[in-house]
Amino acid sequence: MIKVEHLGKKFGEVSAVDDVSFDVAAGEIFAFLGPNGAGKTTTIKMLTTLLKPTSGAIEIDGLDPATQSNEARKRFGIVFQDPSLDQELTAFENMDLHGVLYHVPRKLRHERTEMLLKLFELWERRNDFVKTFSGGMKRRLEIARGFLHTPKILFLDEPTLGLDPQSRNQLWTHVKNLNQTEGVTVFLTTHYMDEAERVADRIAVIDHGKIIAQGSPDELKQQTETDSLEAAFLALTGSTVRDETADSSDQMRQMARMWRK
Amino acid sequence: MIVASLGQPLLYLLVLGFGLGPVFQSAGKGSYIQFVAPGVIGMSVLFTSVFSGIGLLWDRQFGFLKETLVAPVPRITVMIGKTLGGATVATIQGLIVLIICLVAGFRPVNWALLPVAVLFMILTAVVFAGLGVAIGSRLQDIQGMQLIMNFVVLPVYFLSGALFPLEGLPSVLKFFTRIDPLSYGIDALRNVLLGESQFTPELSLAVLAGTALLFVALGGYSFSKIQL
Repeated sequence: MIKVEHLGKKFGEVSAVDDVSFDVAAGEIFAFLGPNGAGKTTTIKMLTTLLKPTSGAIEIDGLDPATQSNEARKRFGIVFQDPSLDQELTAFENMDLHGVLYHVPRKLRHERTEMLLKLFELWERRNDFVKTFSGGMKRRLEIARGFLHTPKILFLDEPTLGLDPQSRNQLWTHVKNLNQTEGVTVFLTTHYMDEAERVADRIAVIDHGKIIAQGSPDELKQQTETDSLEAAFLALTGSTVRDETADSSDQMRQMARMWRK
Repeated sequence: MIVASLGQPLLYLLVLGFGLGPVFQSAGKGSYIQFVAPGVIGMSVLFTSVFSGIGLLWDRQFGFLKETLVAPVPRITVMIGKTLGGATVATIQGLIVLIICLVAGFRPVNWALLPVAVLFMILTAVVFAGLGVAIGSRLQDIQGMQLIMNFVVLPVYFLSGALFPLEGLPSVLKFFTRIDPLSYGIDALRNVLLGESQFTPELSLAVLAGTALLFVALGGYSFSKIQL
C-alpha cells in the first residue's frame, strides 16, 4: 500500500531523511518510531504531498504523491501533529466540510458522519462549536474526520500527544476497530512505546534520518535481547537526550498558544 | 475582531479629521473630514485584506488550511476562495467605516453613486487580498510579519494619498504615489463620493483591475508552491 525506496530530504546541507526504504502492506498497522527530530514528521509530509522529496521514490497505492498529488490525496486521511479543525464551526460542520472537500456524496456523507461521530462518542455534541471541546475530544473529532472519506490509508502523526491515558486507550481501540472493519492501512508515529507495542503489526525505528531497525514488536525485542519495546527502543537509539533546535514553527506554536487560548 | 480593527481608522478619522481640519481649511482646501474619509475607508480595506492573506502563516501550520492543503482539491481553487473570503470581510469592514464616517459628519455629494463606491472598494479589496496571499504563502515566521507591516503595508498606506492631496508633490514622492495601487482605489472613491480626483475613473478602474489580476496570479502561484 505504501512503498518507499531510498527516500531522502535535505534542508540546505542538513539531511532530515536519508536513504529511507520501507513497505507497508494493505490493512497493516505500521508504527514509525524515533526520537525528537529523527525525521518522522518530514517523512509523513513527503508521503502526504505536503513536501517534495530531494531523492528517492514513493508509491501511495501505486501513485506518486509528488506528481499525482490529487489522485494520491483521495486515497489517504491524515491527523496532523498540530490541530487542523475549524474552531469556529461545530463538530458536524467540520465533518461535513471535509466530506464536501473530498467529494463524498451528501447521503453517504451524512451516514458516515453519524456513524463515526457515534463511534467516537461525539454525536451528542455534534452541534457544539469545536472551540468548546477538550483536547481529547478535538483529537477524536480529527480522527473521525480522517476516516470520513473511507481512505485506504490513515496517517496519524503523534495523535495521542497530550492526552490522558483514558483518551489514549479509547482512541487506539477505535482505530484498531476501524482498521479491522474497514481494512484501512494505518501509518502512525508516537512517543509512547506501550501504544506502539499494543497496536502495531510492524515497527520501523528511525534515528538521524535513517531507519535503524524494522520488524514486529517481538522481533525488535529479540533482536536487541530486551523484554519491552521501550528497552528495545533505547537500546537501538541510545539514551542521550536529543537537543532539537527550536525552529520557526516552535516559535509560532508558542505564539499560537498565546493568541488562541 | 471587527470592533477591535475599527480602532485605528477611527483614530485617523476623528483625530486627524478634527485635528488637521483648521489647517486644511485655512489652506483653502475645504473640509478635511470630507477629504480624509475615503482615505480612511481605503485604509481599513487595505489592512483587513492584506492581513487576511498574511494570516496564512498561522493557518497553514495551526489551522484549518492544512486540512485543505491535503484535500483532493486544486490549490488554485483554495487560493481564490481564500482571496475572495478576505476581500469580502475587507469590503464589509470598509462599509462599516463608511457608516462611521457618515455619523462623523461625512457627506457624499451624490448618494446615488454609493454602489459604484462599493464596487471600487471590492476591487481594492481583491487587489490587496491577492497581495496578502502572495506574501503569506512565502512568509516563514512571525518576524516576517512585522517586516511586511513596516515595509509594505504602511508605505502603501502613507503613499496612497489617503491623508494628503496628490497634487503639487515633490517628484520622488509623486513617483511613489503613482505606482501605489491604493492611490487609484482611494482616488476613485474620492471621485465617486466627492466628485474630485487626480486620475480619471477609467484609469483607476484599469489599474485596479490590472493589479488585481496580477496579484491574484502571483498569489495563486506562490500558494501552489507552499510546502510545509
